[in-house]
Amino acid sequence: MVAFWILAPIMVIAALGILFVRKAVHAALLLAVVMISLSVLYLTLEAPFLFAVQIIVYTGAILMLFLFVLMLVGVDASDSVVETIPGQRATAIVGGVFLGVLLTVGLGQISLGTAVGLDDANSGGNIQALANILFSKYVFAFETTSALLITAAVGAMVLAHRERLTPKATQRSLAAQRLVDYEESGAHLGPLPPPGVYARHNAVDTPALLPDGSPAPSSVSRVLTARGTVRSAPAEADAIEQIEEQLGWAPHAGRDGAVPASTTEEAPATGGDHE
Amino acid sequence: MNDVMPYIALSGILFSIGCVGVLIRRNAIVVFMCVELMLNASNLALVAFAKQHGNLDGQIAAFFVMVVAAAEVVVGLAIIMTIFRTRRSASVDDASLLKY
Amino acid sequence: MYAFHEGGGIPVVDPTSADGVFSLLWLVIALPLAGAAILLIGGKYTDKWGHLLATLLPIGSFAIAVAMIVALVGREEDDRQVAQHLYTWFEAGQLNVGMDLLYDPLSALFLLLITGVGSLIHVYSIGYMAHDPRRRRFFAYLNLFLAAMLMLVLSENYLGLFLGWEGVGLASYLLISFWQHKPSAAAAGKKAFVINRVGDMGLSLAIMLFFVTFGSTSFTVISEGAGELSEKTATILGLLLLLGACGKSAQFPLQAWLLDAMEGPTPVSALIHAATMVTAGVYLIVRSNFIFDLAPDAQTVVVVVAVISIFWGAWIGCAKDDIKKALAGSTMSQIGYMMLAAGLGVAGYAFAIFHLLTHGFFKANMFLGAGSVMHGMDDDVDMRHYGAVRRAMPVTFLTFAMGYLAIIGFPGFSGFWSKDKIIETALAENWVVGVFAIIGAGITGFYMTRLMLLTFFTEKRWDKGVHPHESPKVMTVPLIVLAALSVFGGVLIINDWIVTFLEPVTGVPAHEDPPLPAAAVSVLVVLVVAVGVAAAWFLVGRREVPREAPQDVSWVTKAGRNEVYGNEINDTLVVNPSKHLTTALLATDKYVVDGVLTGGPVAVGGFAGFARRIQNGYVRSYALSILAGALIVALALLAVNAA
Repeated sequence: MVAFWILAPIMVIAALGILFVRKAVHAALLLAVVMISLSVLYLTLEAPFLFAVQIIVYTGAILMLFLFVLMLVGVDASDSVVETIPGQRATAIVGGVFLGVLLTVGLGQISLGTAVGLDDANSGGNIQALANILFSKYVFAFETTSALLITAAVGAMVLAHRERLTPKATQRSLAAQRLVDYEESGAHLGPLPPPGVYARHNAVDTPALLPDGSPAPSSVSRVLTARGTVRSAPAEADAIEQIEEQLGWAPHAGRDGAVPASTTEEAPATGGDHE
Repeated sequence: MNDVMPYIALSGILFSIGCVGVLIRRNAIVVFMCVELMLNASNLALVAFAKQHGNLDGQIAAFFVMVVAAAEVVVGLAIIMTIFRTRRSASVDDASLLKY
Repeated sequence: MYAFHEGGGIPVVDPTSADGVFSLLWLVIALPLAGAAILLIGGKYTDKWGHLLATLLPIGSFAIAVAMIVALVGREEDDRQVAQHLYTWFEAGQLNVGMDLLYDPLSALFLLLITGVGSLIHVYSIGYMAHDPRRRRFFAYLNLFLAAMLMLVLSENYLGLFLGWEGVGLASYLLISFWQHKPSAAAAGKKAFVINRVGDMGLSLAIMLFFVTFGSTSFTVISEGAGELSEKTATILGLLLLLGACGKSAQFPLQAWLLDAMEGPTPVSALIHAATMVTAGVYLIVRSNFIFDLAPDAQTVVVVVAVISIFWGAWIGCAKDDIKKALAGSTMSQIGYMMLAAGLGVAGYAFAIFHLLTHGFFKANMFLGAGSVMHGMDDDVDMRHYGAVRRAMPVTFLTFAMGYLAIIGFPGFSGFWSKDKIIETALAENWVVGVFAIIGAGITGFYMTRLMLLTFFTEKRWDKGVHPHESPKVMTVPLIVLAALSVFGGVLIINDWIVTFLEPVTGVPAHEDPPLPAAAVSVLVVLVVAVGVAAAWFLVGRREVPREAPQDVSWVTKAGRNEVYGNEINDTLVVNPSKHLTTALLATDKYVVDGVLTGGPVAVGGFAGFARRIQNGYVRSYALSILAGALIVALALLAVNAA
């Protein structure tokens, strides 16, 4: 009974907390407190199987499911404390208190006598005893439960499933849409590229362009330059040639052999001439 | 006062608290939690009575309640998700179009 | 001779079956009926020739009627009733009504009058309605009217008579409101129809009573069984029949429709409201003589009604400036004479029919003449706008003059003979009635002379642009024929031919000594009439006639112009109380009955409107009510356990 008297106030306080906290996630955590305490109470009530099931199914599965949904709905969303239905809160509290008093006082009137205890029933082990009953007396209900679970699973899938009605938007269609919006309502196209560097392509083997339109040789990895794999798209073909010219190479020469280090050094200087 | 009576009383108190929670909270998920609280309270009573009568049927009933609660939570949360998806709200008061 | 009731003078109707020319009897009705059907069904396809067909068919009926009356006169006197069974109309339990026709001297005379005058009016209408866009329809209705009227006078039982009676009412309604675009015409048709319904109520009640009493409505059966009738039943029957007759014949108190009926085209006024339809009431009373003979009280009422009608009509005739309405008043007055004769019993029946015939001639003549005048005066009916028309329309004037002389009873003209006979009989039966009849004749002389002077003599008071002209031949020829009949109609009385001829129907009058010799009565009547004519000459002919009716006139004139307040009396006694009753009933229905009936639903609806607020859509509210229910159940359980 010691465990009970310790846990019971904790449970009541936690349960009351569910009523008063504003964030749903706090409520879920308080509920977890109640449920874990409850599992301990099961243990004191000689129900070790339910103790395990309570932890695993309720606290482990169901409550986690609640938390998942809270993530989806929005963890931070907190309830407004203003009651919108007139009289609802007062009536509910009065009714709830009345119900609690009625249950405790009403049930307290019953004289139960001494508890029989489960020592006899659990003599062969609690789980074995439960299994005996479950697979004999309650086997039909047990089998029906499976149908219920299957139905619930399918139902949840049907409810959660969302059919895609329109094809997924591509980069191209998004850009086109931006232009259409600009034309129709003058919506901003988005910021212009910042000054200094202009890219025609975002691949690593394509050099960036300087403000005067010339490619920036330092923007391409030296390794790539050395391998001669710079240039990927035809649009950049002349730019590459320009780079190679500035580098002092014969066209496509770089592919045949290693690039002399000295020529690589010159490139920034050439670029500097332009400025 | 015997061994089981405090459990019964605790069960009643928890049930009442869950009941008030259902009535005053507006977030559908919290309301659902309160329903679970009520189910747990009744489970406690079942297990306590099982001990009182030295009969495991109460524990079996609690077990079934858990199973049914699991199924219920799955479907209920899916419904809440669906409503939230269309209405961008999880408040039970917002789903009040079905009226006079 | 004929079979008589014991102690009664009324012969039993006992016809032989039709053969020879009499087997064509049904054709008399069928011809105009077919005409109406062809014209109405054929629609616009008959527009071109429909009126000619509609005129030829009554002429055919007239030819058959002539052939039949020749054959009838050729028969033995006790063999002059012919019946033709066409088919069983309907049969239900004891009620077995055949479509039987009866042809006897009474029907024979009516047949001649209806088909003869009717045919002339058809011919006249060809001219009168020449430019009316709905001419075909008009002729169809005329034919329908003739068929119904013939059915009325030829039927062998009261139910067939009622069929014709209602058909006449229908045709009358259609014709009075023929120019339905005029609200006044539409209202007049409706008024005639409604007032006739009152009379029809009497007739239909009488028919039901006949069936209850005799188990049949056949004249044969009723006239045979009439001898066993109690006087009380006979009186009730007689009064009911009189009510019917008053409605159709525009007698007091159901006279109000006749003057409004002048809204119809003039040939209609001539045909329906002078020559034929209004005589149906007289026919009904003469035909039901076996009932009236047993009910002296009913006969007295007939006489009283007749006398009131004579003066009522004459009063109106004296005051009206509308030529057709003045003639209508005179019609009412003259029908009063016929009713008077019919109410006098066996002695008067034949003279009622005689006056009916002559009146049919001269009144049709005058109505058609009035129509001719209106035709020439651009459809103006106000006599104050006439004057000196005789030069412009010599034929119309001369024919009208024949009718005029006949109606005032100028010696030698038809009206002289017929009215004289009625007055003689009235004097013989009851001298008070006789004196009234003589005074009535004097007033007739006054108002007809006034009409004549205002229209054809005195100085011109025409509207500008009116150029009276003689009507076409198609209109004047019927006038000439009718004028001849007006003059020579009196030949029927030579040797008391008509009285003898009608004896198989009306019975042999017991001979009574008149208080005055016949010649003295004639002289007296002529003198009284001369006084009336002279009064008219001094009051109207010698003074200047204002174009507008003067308003500062005596109450007598005012009453006459207002039709002796017949409409106002009806309004006060019947129409307004009915209206108030209807309004009250409507209010009762709306507020009391509907209130009780709809109150419950309204209360439930109100409660539901309040209760549905509970369905506010908030699931938490519903949960609260579930909690309340759970609490109640828990309390109940505790209470039960504690107890």
